[in-house]
Amino acid sequence: MKHRYLIALLCGFLALPGHAGEAQPNAENPEIEQRMNKLAEDLRCLVCQNESLAGSRADLAADLRREIREQMQAGKNDQQVIDYLTSRYGDFVLYKPPFRAATLLLWLGPALFIAIGGIVWFVTLRRRRNLQAPQIDEAARRQAARLLAENEDKQ
Amino acid sequence: MKRFIPFIVFVVLAIFFYVGLSLNPREVPSPFIGKPAPAFAQPQLFESDKAFAPADMKGQVWLFNVWASWCVSCREEHPFLVELSQAKRLPIVGLNYKDQPDAAKGWLAQLGNPYTLSVVDPEGKIGIDYGVYGVPETYLIDRAGVIRYKHTGPVTREAWQEKFEPLLKELGV
Repeated sequence: MKHRYLIALLCGFLALPGHAGEAQPNAENPEIEQRMNKLAEDLRCLVCQNESLAGSRADLAADLRREIREQMQAGKNDQQVIDYLTSRYGDFVLYKPPFRAATLLLWLGPALFIAIGGIVWFVTLRRRRNLQAPQIDEAARRQAARLLAENEDKQ
Repeated sequence: MKRFIPFIVFVVLAIFFYVGLSLNPREVPSPFIGKPAPAFAQPQLFESDKAFAPADMKGQVWLFNVWASWCVSCREEHPFLVELSQAKRLPIVGLNYKDQPDAAKGWLAQLGNPYTLSVVDPEGKIGIDYGVYGVPETYLIDRAGVIRYKHTGPVTREAWQEKFEPLLKELGV
């Protein structure tokens, strides 16, 4: 009889949501929290430059997340928030730099390298094909046929 | 000619790496240069019932120095700021960034106060508005309220001579 109560109690504990230790989502507005986190993934933390704003534990990153959250709560859309941050920290905060004259090489560089590689490959192949085409005239062909025939006779 | 191609490729890459590796990745260029200093109205450190706004400095060339008592580099920069303030060439306004007022006051009492006044930014909101990403940072603002230069890290004598002096000459200070 006693056991039944114990089991019921245990089940009750197990049913409790286990989210201790995790970052608590902002209960007020999970939608904004989700938007903020998504946006912060694409933004660079300026203190620890190889981390995103979403993943950084730096003080400034926390402040910037709060700022983004507040601006979103005030009704700004993602682009407006990004504009606010780039007007203050420059394109540097963006992990994905905009397509501009200054970033042309950054964006087109890989394609440029593939193109250069392709040209080199093409030229090399063509040169090799030219090398592989031996010059055989009729006399040489006849001699080869004769040699082959002689060899067969011997066997 | 053909045997030189690898050499030329090497030289080009070497130049790229040399330039790239000698750049300072912590130096984030401020998009604010040539733009008006963002407006705000914020209580002062010593007279918390009085607010300061950048517009109060119109007509003067001034320095806006972001500092905090918890900031190690600020301690390094402080003696030079005190020296600057004694020369009385231009007013220095402090932005006490994410600091405890008592700690900040104690710091100034101990090391000297180079600031005409300091405004408090307990939550770092003004800092964000000015694009501050590390303390100390110093802005040179001209008579029209336009940011002319932003210095990241401590203002040293060398930095002052190299970066600030030419601009001050240009501004006639």
